[in-house]
Amino acid sequence: MSVAITAGPRPETDADPRPRSDSGAGYPMTRASGLGLGVAMLWFSLLVLIPLTAVIVTASEAGWSGFWRTITNEQTAAAIRLTVGTALLVTLVNVVMGTLIAWVLVRDRFFGQRVLEMLIDVPFALPTIVAGLVLLSLYGPKSPLGINVANTRPAVFLAFLFVTLPFVVRTVQPVLAELDREAEEAAASLGASRFTVFRRIILPSITPAIAAGAALSFARGVSEYGSLVLLSGNLPHKTEVTSVRILSSIENDNLEGAAAVATVLLVISLVVIVTVDILQRRLVRRG
Amino acid sequence: MKWRTRATAALALVAGLALSACTGSPSSGDTVTLHIVGFAVPEAANKAIAAEWNKTEEGRNVRFETSYGASGDQSRAVVNGLKADYVHFSVTSDVTRLVDAGLVDESWDDGWNKGIVSSSIVVFAVRPGNPKNIRDWDDLIQPGIEIVTPNPASSGAARWNALAAWGQVVANGGTEEEATEYLTKLFANVVSLPGSGRDATTSFLSGTGDVLLAYENEVILATQNGEELDWVVPDTTILIENPGAVLKDAHPKATEWLNFVLGPVGQRQFALKGFRPIIDGVDLSGIEGVKDPNNPFPEVENLLTVEKDFESWEALSTKFFDDEDGIVVKVIAESGKAQ
Repeated sequence: MSVAITAGPRPETDADPRPRSDSGAGYPMTRASGLGLGVAMLWFSLLVLIPLTAVIVTASEAGWSGFWRTITNEQTAAAIRLTVGTALLVTLVNVVMGTLIAWVLVRDRFFGQRVLEMLIDVPFALPTIVAGLVLLSLYGPKSPLGINVANTRPAVFLAFLFVTLPFVVRTVQPVLAELDREAEEAAASLGASRFTVFRRIILPSITPAIAAGAALSFARGVSEYGSLVLLSGNLPHKTEVTSVRILSSIENDNLEGAAAVATVLLVISLVVIVTVDILQRRLVRRG
Repeated sequence: MKWRTRATAALALVAGLALSACTGSPSSGDTVTLHIVGFAVPEAANKAIAAEWNKTEEGRNVRFETSYGASGDQSRAVVNGLKADYVHFSVTSDVTRLVDAGLVDESWDDGWNKGIVSSSIVVFAVRPGNPKNIRDWDDLIQPGIEIVTPNPASSGAARWNALAAWGQVVANGGTEEEATEYLTKLFANVVSLPGSGRDATTSFLSGTGDVLLAYENEVILATQNGEELDWVVPDTTILIENPGAVLKDAHPKATEWLNFVLGPVGQRQFALKGFRPIIDGVDLSGIEGVKDPNNPFPEVENLLTVEKDFESWEALSTKFFDDEDGIVVKVIAESGKAQ
C-alpha cells in the first residue's frame, strides 16, 4: 500500500469569498474537498465496503436454500435470538447508566474523579479474553463476592455490559461538557423544575449523542466473542452466542454458512442502527 | 509548515526502516530461516528442540520464525498465504487442508511415523484428591457430575475428547447406538464448552465443574506451572496424534528439522513438556509434573487409535463432525434443548 498524499499547495479555501448557503445543502466541491472525499471513500471501501461485500457474496454462494437452511438451523437461530436480545437489553441499560456516568463525570466534582475518568476506557483497552478471565474470577465459581453467574445467561449479559460500557459515556460526555449552562439557568429562573430542565433543555441536546453511543454499543455487543469464551460456557440453546456459531462453521470449512450467519447479524445491526437514528430524530424534533 | 516537514521526514524514516527490515535479514551469511506454523500447545517444546538443534552441526545456522495459534486457524492461515516451511497441527484434517490446497505433498503421511510427530492421551482432570471419586467413563454420566470440555464444534483439538467418549463404548463391546446414547448422557452433564483446550483448562482451574476432559500433556503442563489439580487415566482412552509436515516448496533444511524432531533428542523435549514420545528408547528421566517420575507415562489398558478404531480422519470427520448430520454435532445440539 503506497497511497501518497502529497501536501501540495492548498487552494485558498479560507480566503474564498464563497456565499454561505442558507439551505444547509453544503458547500460546492473544491479541489481539496474533492480530494478529501476521494481519500475517505477509498479508505472506507478498502476497510469496510469491499470486505462486507465479500461476506455477502460468500453467503450467497450456498444459494437461497443453503442460506435459509443455515440460518433456520435451530441452534443457530437460538444463538441469534440470544445475541440480539441480550445486546438490545444491554444497550438499554447503557443508555441509562452511560448517561448517568457521563453526567457525574461532567457535572460533579468528587474525589477520584480523574481516576474514574481514565478507568472508563479500560474495557476498550483490555484484550477481551483478559476481560473474560477477570469476570470469571470475580463472578465465577470462586467469586469473592459470592456471585456465580458462570455458564449461565446472565454471564452473557454481564460480559456484554462490560465491553460496551464506554460507548454511551464517551459519546455523551463531550456534548454535556459543551452544553450552555445559561439556558438551564434561565429556565430555572423562569420556574422550571429540575426535571423539566433536564427533559426540555438538556435531553434534546444530548439525545443524538446517546443514540450514537447506543448504536455503537449494540453493534459491539452483537459481535462480542472474546470475553465470553471463558465465561459463558458456549452451551447450545442456552449461552451460545452467534460468533461461536460462526466459528464452528469456519472450523468445519463451511465458509458459506459462516458468511450466512454473519450476513444476518449485519442486517439486524443495520436495522437497529437505522431505527435508533430515526427514534433519535423524532425525539429531538419533539423536545 | 515546519511540523509538516518534520512529519514527512519521520514518515520517510519509518518507511526506510521498514524496508531495510524486510530485505536485510535473510541474506546475511549462509543463515537459513525456517518458518514454523503450529498449534499453540507444542510451542515450548518446539522452542526447546530448536535450541538443541542449533547446537548440532546440521542445525547450527538455522534461525526460526514461528507462529502459533489455534490449529484450524493456523492451517487456514497457511492456505491463505502465511509463509511456512514446517507445520505442526493438532489434528490430521488440518494438514489434509494443505494437501487439498496443493501445499503439502500427498505422500506426507507415508513415512514410518505416518505423519505423526507428537502424541498424548485423553485423561480426566479432577479436583485435588478426586473428591467425586471419578475412575472411569461410567462415572462421568452419573447425575450431578459437572463436566468441562473444549467445544468439539469450534475447536478441532477438542474432537479427540468426543471420539474417546464414543469410541470407548464400542471398544468395550457396545453398539454404535449405545455409544451415541452414552455421548448424549455425557453432554447432558457438560456445564461449559470453552473455545479451546487451553480455555477449558483455564475455566476448570477457575472452579467450573468436577471433571475436565483434557489431554495428558495439558494437565502435566498445568502441574508444572504449579496449578492444583489431579488426573485419572481411564482404562480405555484414545491416543492423540498430532501431525507434522514439511511443505512442498520448503527449504531443504525443513526435512532435516522434521527428522530431528522425530529423533530421540526431539522426542525427549516433547516428553519433558508432557507429550508421550512416538518412538522407543527416549530418555524419560526428570520429567516434572508427572505422578510417578519413574513411570511418567503409564501404559493404558485399551488404547484406541484413529487408524484402528475410526478408519481415518476423513471418514470420521463426516461421520461425527459434519455441520448438519455429524453424530457429535447432533448430540451437542440436542443436549441444549433437553433442559
